[in-house]
Amino acid sequence: MDPLLDLLKKNARESDAVLAKQLATTEQDIRARIAAFESEGVIRGFQAVLNTDRLESTDVRAVIELRIRPEREGGFDRIATRISKFPQVESMFLMSGGYDLLLFVKGKSLQEVANFVSARLAPLDGVLSTATHFMLKTYKDQSVLMESEPHDDRLQVCP
Amino acid sequence: MTTVSKSAHDFIAPHLRDIPKSGIRDFFDIVASRKDVISLGIGEPDFQTPWHIREKAIASIERGATRYTSNLGTPELRQALAEYTRRSFGGDYDWKSEILVTVGVSEAFDIAMRAVLSPGDEVLYHEPCFVAYAPIIRMAHGVPVAVDTFRKDDFRLTVAELEKKVTPRTRALLLNFPNNPTGATLDQADTEALADFAIRHDLLVISDEVYSELTYEGGRHSMAAIPRLRDRLILLNGFSKAWSMTGFRLGYACAPAPLTDAMMKIHQYCMMCASSISQTAGLEALKAGDADIAEMRESYHQRRNFIVASLNEMGLDCFMPRGAFYVFPSIQSTGLTSHEFAMRLLNEHSVACVPGSAFGACGAGFLRCAYATGIDQLKEAMERMATFVKSL
Repeated sequence: MDPLLDLLKKNARESDAVLAKQLATTEQDIRARIAAFESEGVIRGFQAVLNTDRLESTDVRAVIELRIRPEREGGFDRIATRISKFPQVESMFLMSGGYDLLLFVKGKSLQEVANFVSARLAPLDGVLSTATHFMLKTYKDQSVLMESEPHDDRLQVCP
Repeated sequence: MTTVSKSAHDFIAPHLRDIPKSGIRDFFDIVASRKDVISLGIGEPDFQTPWHIREKAIASIERGATRYTSNLGTPELRQALAEYTRRSFGGDYDWKSEILVTVGVSEAFDIAMRAVLSPGDEVLYHEPCFVAYAPIIRMAHGVPVAVDTFRKDDFRLTVAELEKKVTPRTRALLLNFPNNPTGATLDQADTEALADFAIRHDLLVISDEVYSELTYEGGRHSMAAIPRLRDRLILLNGFSKAWSMTGFRLGYACAPAPLTDAMMKIHQYCMMCASSISQTAGLEALKAGDADIAEMRESYHQRRNFIVASLNEMGLDCFMPRGAFYVFPSIQSTGLTSHEFAMRLLNEHSVACVPGSAFGACGAGFLRCAYATGIDQLKEAMERMATFVKSL
């Protein structure tokens, strides 16, 4: 992976000046490369990684496995695209193995997610089955541990 | 007849009593007494030991593999080390008779000195350097002879300087590249010239290459890759810097069988063997740790670029080192001594760096800044340092 993308994955809020120094280049070059990544569609956005368990929110998250019937023309893509447009769906992947689509879904309550599955997903033409698993606790997300490892306990000065 | 009984102090062997305390130690005590300090004084990786390595160590305890191992180290680890040394450094060593696993490189260096020195033997070592070398040579009843390295040579060791200090009593040449505290590395021409010098004066070479995995832009040239040096080389290396395993205390020496045997004599009586748990962890590092090194090296590389650019920007001349995780800027333009600069930076801006003079007289006028610290801390430290330099 491009080292600039690597650094942005670790901290997308890093300043252009610091990125430029780390990569031994200029700020203008950094800005141009980020703009290029954006226009090529490589960079799709910048987001904060949250520990939602620490938020005062009753939102619930669920993982849903969907089995769907591929269509003669277009395979899984048409129905998958339709499903991905629901705002409740945060992430979605086509999978190998025992089911076809893996959805990460968010709702205000258990009831809301349950309704979404029964009223929106299950009735769709081509959806063969659903299996919904509610998430209980986040340990790690986007390569970020939700609880940091112990604080730096190295000796302050050592040879 | 009256006898004056000895005080506790009098029982201490004179050659040890004469060894001064480490200059770093004093500085450490001051820093430790303060809060909110950003320390660029830490000669230790900031990365956690990679999880798969820690996990193997835990598993080895669960399995009950917690007994003495072969004095030399487990056969599996020595075989892996032979393979690794060949692959990474071009050194060819027989795992059965030429590799000894030690408690860190420090032990390896200690037993190497004790194995080869007779009282009064001189050892050439280059300064600025790691603080333990001269004391350990003295403890082995040798005479450390410092050879200066200079900013104008990017702190590489030159044969011209060595020739000034070599005598008929010189027994060995100690090398440490990539270097702590300067970050200096050797080119192939340098290693060849140093090998020729050692052969010409019939010297043993001890090469501490513990930072060898942390080299950038082709700064890695091992003394082990020079076949004509093989019979007079003790190669020292370890796991602390490459895999961020400092607390595991695991190092090793590679040397021709007679020298390995001699070191082994000391090791078996004073140490028995390196920690069995650490040896299991070390084996995992060698077998599955290439990606860890690549990731850490990339991160150090970027931080080095950042810190060198920042130091030069604030007017402190700093050469671009190609190894280890230290930069060694000159603070001569400020008119302060290394010690004054470091003390004032600590007292006025809470940033700790080690005065270059702690690493030898020719380190005066320089500062060691370790960049084995997260980029956010480095950014803050560089801002504070720039403010300080501007205020002078």
